[in-house]
Amino acid sequence: MLNPYLPREAEIVERIQESATIFTLRLRFTDPDHQAQYRFEPGQFNMVYLYGVGEVAISIVSDPEDESICDHTIRIVGRVTRGLAKLQAGDRVGIRGPFGRGWPLQAAEGRDVLIVTGGLGCAPVVSVINYVTQRRERFGRLTIMQGVKHADDLLWRERYQHWSEMDNTQVIVAADKASRDWPWRIGRVVELFDEAHIDADKTIAMMCGPEKMMEVAAARLLREGMTANMVYMSMERNMQCAVGHCGHCQYGTHFVCKDGPVFSYNQIESLIGKVGY
Amino acid sequence: MSVSKPRYFARRDFQRLIDVLLDCGYQCLGPQEKDGAIQYLPLDQVASLPQGYRDVQSPARYQLQTTDSPRYFSWANGPQALKPLVFAPRESLWHSKRDADGRLQFVETIPEPTPLAVIGVRSCDLAGLTIQDRVFLHGDKHDPYYAARRENLLLVAVNCSHPAETCFCTATGNGPVAEAGTGFDLLLTELNDGYLLQAGSTRGEQVAAQLPLTDANDQMHYEAGQQRLAAEQTMSRQLPALNIKKSLLQHQEHPQWEAIAERCLSCGNCTMVCPTCFCHAEQEQPQLDGEASVHERVWDSCFTVGHSYIHGMVFRQETKHRYRQWLTHKFSTWHGQFDSSGCVGCGRCISWCPAGIDVTEELAVICKEQPDA
Repeated sequence: MLNPYLPREAEIVERIQESATIFTLRLRFTDPDHQAQYRFEPGQFNMVYLYGVGEVAISIVSDPEDESICDHTIRIVGRVTRGLAKLQAGDRVGIRGPFGRGWPLQAAEGRDVLIVTGGLGCAPVVSVINYVTQRRERFGRLTIMQGVKHADDLLWRERYQHWSEMDNTQVIVAADKASRDWPWRIGRVVELFDEAHIDADKTIAMMCGPEKMMEVAAARLLREGMTANMVYMSMERNMQCAVGHCGHCQYGTHFVCKDGPVFSYNQIESLIGKVGY
Repeated sequence: MSVSKPRYFARRDFQRLIDVLLDCGYQCLGPQEKDGAIQYLPLDQVASLPQGYRDVQSPARYQLQTTDSPRYFSWANGPQALKPLVFAPRESLWHSKRDADGRLQFVETIPEPTPLAVIGVRSCDLAGLTIQDRVFLHGDKHDPYYAARRENLLLVAVNCSHPAETCFCTATGNGPVAEAGTGFDLLLTELNDGYLLQAGSTRGEQVAAQLPLTDANDQMHYEAGQQRLAAEQTMSRQLPALNIKKSLLQHQEHPQWEAIAERCLSCGNCTMVCPTCFCHAEQEQPQLDGEASVHERVWDSCFTVGHSYIHGMVFRQETKHRYRQWLTHKFSTWHGQFDSSGCVGCGRCISWCPAGIDVTEELAVICKEQPDA
């Protein structure tokens, strides 16, 4: 039986600096057999190991059908990510995964897709946006709502511009604080629902970001007539083992690492936004 | 398999049990008095068993006393029993090596333990082991470290004749005697002169076959029955007679959490002595030469600040939230995760809490009323 605790070696094929504190590592397993059989779903995560320092849970942002590569977009927030930021193409890391349950992409087929994301937490949903835009005919209307504190925090500005020009797609971006050339809105993204065209019966919502934002957004969507089992959110907790053994990521009954990180709103309605869980 | 008929095993022959286990290739562990507590330590001489020892336990109190009783097992559990033997307090999971070209190699360090026979296991600890098995073995992610130790364990249980004042296994339904199917290989009932011995597995039967056993008489059975009754009646602590699982979830904002937090030191003692708590942290021990690094796990506790830490945020900053997490997990959300309660009624968290916080009393305050349907 496979040891779920043991990482496998992967090589950094490319390193992309996305902003001052955010970078993307494009990884490939050094064992070609393992690379060939490695499969994941958008929304799942890997444990990325930095030699001599430790592991950290990072969501996978590349396309699940690209079998040659696995991308992780990482923000520098702690010891491991600070060290990972210093690595270059050719350097090696350890990878365990994929873990957890990803986004409900099968359930989303044929439906309108609403993405709500805030702060810098957009990486997990960017995998969904890319997935949908590359299979546009399988989905209905795509609405992307992204909030940031400061205009400078918005990653991939050109991509948002690009998405906003696509057919049957609406992009609403808002910053609490704008910069001089900010083309989008000023304010909080959850205040902009009036501008989104949401057909409650046809829509599936996927969210990622600050819990308060997701709580407010979910409540609004339910008022719009959406059902709780069509509203999904990706949760974040301390994850160390990723297999439901170490206990850190408990969220009520759930282990975020194996029962999540993507949950439907009805699974976590009683917990979200409350202090101490 | 079903449990074999009780047969009589004289106390004067007890060394024979230890010798047979050693001859079968087991390392033997047994209860012994060390540093003022009953601990499970390597055992090869019957003289090391805690003959005549009694314990006095109450909230925040554990004390041993000696008597002139010839019994070896007339005490209730000390701070630890089986958990550290299968779920090691600190162990290496794997190590990584980095060569001159920066290539990484990962080597798993799954233990290869010698078979271990533990004498003196109580029914609460058998129940605790069953619960830990569900955590580490029954999901889709099998833990090979736990499994390696678990497979090497032979359990010689002893029915509890002297529960402590802090015990409440009758309330959780797993004691004071070990029932069939609870995982023991051999089961002893200690009487004044000797033991009733039963085998609960093929391995247990093989050991029993090498012991000088005689038929048990009615008087022995009567004595065992009376002893069980007395042990059950000793335990006065109760759990609220209602749906605790539901009631706790409905009382997450109860003022008692704050009242407990005024006493709780958030030290984590309760989680360390608990036979079912499984939280552990993974950490890295890089070698000084830079060529290798050991990845290990160590017991962790939901009472530490680091337990709920994630890049700059702590989800359970306040003690009342940590205690609520622990108690709610143990008695409520555990059911959703592993189809059982996480409490076996051993009472260790009461005795070993330096503030003397008693889970049964706190539950009685929080879960006073029948939960809404």
